Amino acid sequence: MRIGVTIFPGSNCDHDALFAIERAGVTPVQLWHADADLKGVDAVVVPGGFSYGDYLRTGAIARFSKVMVPLEEFAESGGPVLGVCNGFQVLTEAHLLPGALLRNTGMRFVCKRVPSRVETSETPWTSLFEPGDELTLPVAHNEGNYFVDSRTLAELEDEGRVVLRYLKNPNGSLNDIAGICNAARNVVGLMPHPERFSEGILGSEGGLKVFRSVLSYAGAKV
Amino acid sequence: MNIQETYTTLGLSDSEYDRILELMGRAPNYLELSLFSVMWSEHCSYKNSRPLLKRFPNRGPRVLQGPGENAGVVKVGSGWALVFKMESHNHPSAVEPYEGAATSVGGIIRDVLAMGARPVALLNSLRFGPLEDERNRYLFREVVRGIAGYGNAIGVPTVGGEVEFAPAYSGNPLVNAMCIGLVRDHVFVRARAVGEGNLVVLFGAKTGRDGIHGATFASDELTEESEEKRPNVQVGDPFAGKMLVECSLSLLEKNLLVSLQDLGAAGITSSASEMAAKGGFGIEINVEKVPLRERGMEPWEIVISESQERMLAIVEPEKAEEVLRVAERFELAAAVIGRVAGHEDLRILHGGEVVGSVPAPHLADAPVYEREVVPPVYLEEVRKLNPENFPALQDYNATLLRMLSHPNLCSRRSVYEQYDHQVGTNTVVLPGADAAVMRIKGTTLGFAAVTDCRGRYCYLDPKAGGAAAIAEAYRNLSCTGAEPVAVTDCLNFGSPEKREGYYQLAACIEGMAEACEALGTPVVSGNVSLYNETEEGPVYPTPSVGMVGIFEDIRKRATPAIKREGDALVLVGGFRPVLDGSEYLEIMHGRVAGAPPAPDLISEKAVSDTVRCTISAGIVDTAHDLSGGGLSLALAEMALMGSIGAEVWLLPGGRQDVVLFGEVGGCVLLAVHEEKLEELEDLLEGVHYVGIGHTGGEKLSLSGLVDLELTELLEAYEQDLFERHAPEGGQLG
Repeated sequence: MRIGVTIFPGSNCDHDALFAIERAGVTPVQLWHADADLKGVDAVVVPGGFSYGDYLRTGAIARFSKVMVPLEEFAESGGPVLGVCNGFQVLTEAHLLPGALLRNTGMRFVCKRVPSRVETSETPWTSLFEPGDELTLPVAHNEGNYFVDSRTLAELEDEGRVVLRYLKNPNGSLNDIAGICNAARNVVGLMPHPERFSEGILGSEGGLKVFRSVLSYAGAKV
Repeated sequence: MNIQETYTTLGLSDSEYDRILELMGRAPNYLELSLFSVMWSEHCSYKNSRPLLKRFPNRGPRVLQGPGENAGVVKVGSGWALVFKMESHNHPSAVEPYEGAATSVGGIIRDVLAMGARPVALLNSLRFGPLEDERNRYLFREVVRGIAGYGNAIGVPTVGGEVEFAPAYSGNPLVNAMCIGLVRDHVFVRARAVGEGNLVVLFGAKTGRDGIHGATFASDELTEESEEKRPNVQVGDPFAGKMLVECSLSLLEKNLLVSLQDLGAAGITSSASEMAAKGGFGIEINVEKVPLRERGMEPWEIVISESQERMLAIVEPEKAEEVLRVAERFELAAAVIGRVAGHEDLRILHGGEVVGSVPAPHLADAPVYEREVVPPVYLEEVRKLNPENFPALQDYNATLLRMLSHPNLCSRRSVYEQYDHQVGTNTVVLPGADAAVMRIKGTTLGFAAVTDCRGRYCYLDPKAGGAAAIAEAYRNLSCTGAEPVAVTDCLNFGSPEKREGYYQLAACIEGMAEACEALGTPVVSGNVSLYNETEEGPVYPTPSVGMVGIFEDIRKRATPAIKREGDALVLVGGFRPVLDGSEYLEIMHGRVAGAPPAPDLISEKAVSDTVRCTISAGIVDTAHDLSGGGLSLALAEMALMGSIGAEVWLLPGGRQDVVLFGEVGGCVLLAVHEEKLEELEDLLEGVHYVGIGHTGGEKLSLSGLVDLELTELLEAYEQDLFERHAPEGGQLG
């Protein structure tokens, strides 16, 4: 299996994602923002960072990159896509996921390890988890405060599309939401960074299960 | 404006102007005068400190590059080397704290990048006036935001640092940033112009009018008028900085560059003339080729602009086109702006005409001021202290809680959680411990880094304080298990033209140099920031020390957090605490006084080296040095970080308030599994040590004097430094 990682100008968790994917036993592939080509990968990670300096609005400019054209087609045809942190912001800007990530209510950047609960195993990126599993992951963001209109929020909850929920909310997000998926469940956005917990020496390798999930999902599909 | 007014405004003295006339053999034009102004500023030339800096040892078995380049380089092993340097941005941060701090990070990253290294870790050392004052709160908040804003976006983790508050820093904060880079040990780059006919390529952000005369501004005292210098402060763009890092590393990887230099203070002038002087060639710059972000810039403005996020490279002509193509891929402006010439001048051309020409060696040949070192009068007065005059302490619990909650001793969580300290997935020990610990991917190697300085000590005894800063850094690294190998420093002092300032500078350097020699940690890079004075007086002499240590096997490491119940607590080192210069004296009695003892360097080394051996032998995984607040603070921190209590039954020494809150160098607390106690004692042979208690429970109990629940300690310790002192409504500044 091969997982692509998009690299925008200003992405800074791209190499961390490539490293974690490799540790999960999957082949990582770099996808340059200016090339409208997914190189035939089986899944795509949109990594964290400050794409285009986060100028204008987080993720707002990256969403117009050339690589986003095939990426949107891939997502719409059911391909597994994971946006982490800035990647989550890019996916909401591209309307692949509903809602928006607002500035943290504390008005400060926050970098810490936050416990959360996996709410569904019915996405390619959480297929190896059990609903209710606790997962502590690092967060590092200034705009992680998930917001969406109340009708969509009710939909997300009713349809089981909240993927990850904070046990200690670090940013004021609605319903303690740390991650969601789209209606087709193949596109997932997470504010916490699974790739940062990819090795025991970093504190935990609990994040690798996210990448192993998509590997297992792909295997099951074949 | 007559010529005297002109050069005075540019920060040059009468004698310096005379020297320029003599060197040039003619009167310089305004552009040339501007070149001298920036290159002869203290910031660029070290004209007041150079003779003193010679005192530092800078050689050692691991040193690949000492002072004189953009950053120092030390060998790690397995083909890797570490590149590091620390630099100040005090004056800019005093008037424009966000951008001042942000560009301190950007600037130090480029210094490391210019050596060809990938920047992998940032640290800092910050000083502010007390938080009761609104302006100080504003400066503190914005400096931290600025460091976070740049470091987080560029994707280099901020893994460590220190922050302290004292009245001496009111209005003149200290903002020192340190960067560490990783490079293969045979390919690091030196900045020198060689090869007549080679081209000079400028790439990065476009050049604007920001930061004109920034270096000159940074070499003067701060006054009320300094506020008007806000336009002199550079503006950072971390996005362009990130592109610059990736572009530069890509160019080096493709072997397209002869040499590389960052543009910092004094912009093109400084970079080009340093490269020319070091390489023994001349450089010609065509100013009309420089990509500009605004119209109508004069040639002199272009060559001394301090616009950020730019690099200068020397490139062989046939590779120039490829260099420009790579820059374009990273969406950076790039242009061939000049060439390496056979003469030795820095020559500025505009429209084919020479608009300024100065021999590069002259720009590098600033006058040197050596002054008499005379102890200032204040020293005798402040050192008088009779501890007997202080009443015996009654309530130890309340005292410990008050000390733990003080801004100088409480948790720094509210600061470091604003910094992304994990990006890059190499951070093994997070901020809050004795030192940051990073791994080197694909190896078992790692490194530790720390910044340290006790301004109060240096004020009370500059020489002892300078030595203590080095010794503390050495101890902190040793407590992680790393072998300390080399030092970078940032010497923050008042005016060298005053007796007090010059003495403090000279004495601190002497103390640091003696400690570096005794401990075997050469100084490989550094920076000097003088004239840190306001109308209220100078800052504490603050020689910030950045020290780096190396792990052969990073799996063998220690942190201060207590790991298990039932571990034996062992105090290692000659425990002779004093109240002189202590946090206790300042916090509880409002006094900054006394004569802190000079560190016993032989014992410091023995204790630290022994502690390191116990860690690398796999016997000890819990170690913490005694520092501000003394034994009780160290124990409280160990308990809080591990969420496990401790009971101490033996407090060695006399007066118990001195024992618990007095301060002492050269001491480390270890917690060790009971089963390994015997092995530990074998290794500790030759140094003083004493068992003082054991870990366990949910309380800190010290010999019947202190008896506190961890929850009470935690509440005192976990202060939010930004909220606690905010006035109603939270509107600051």
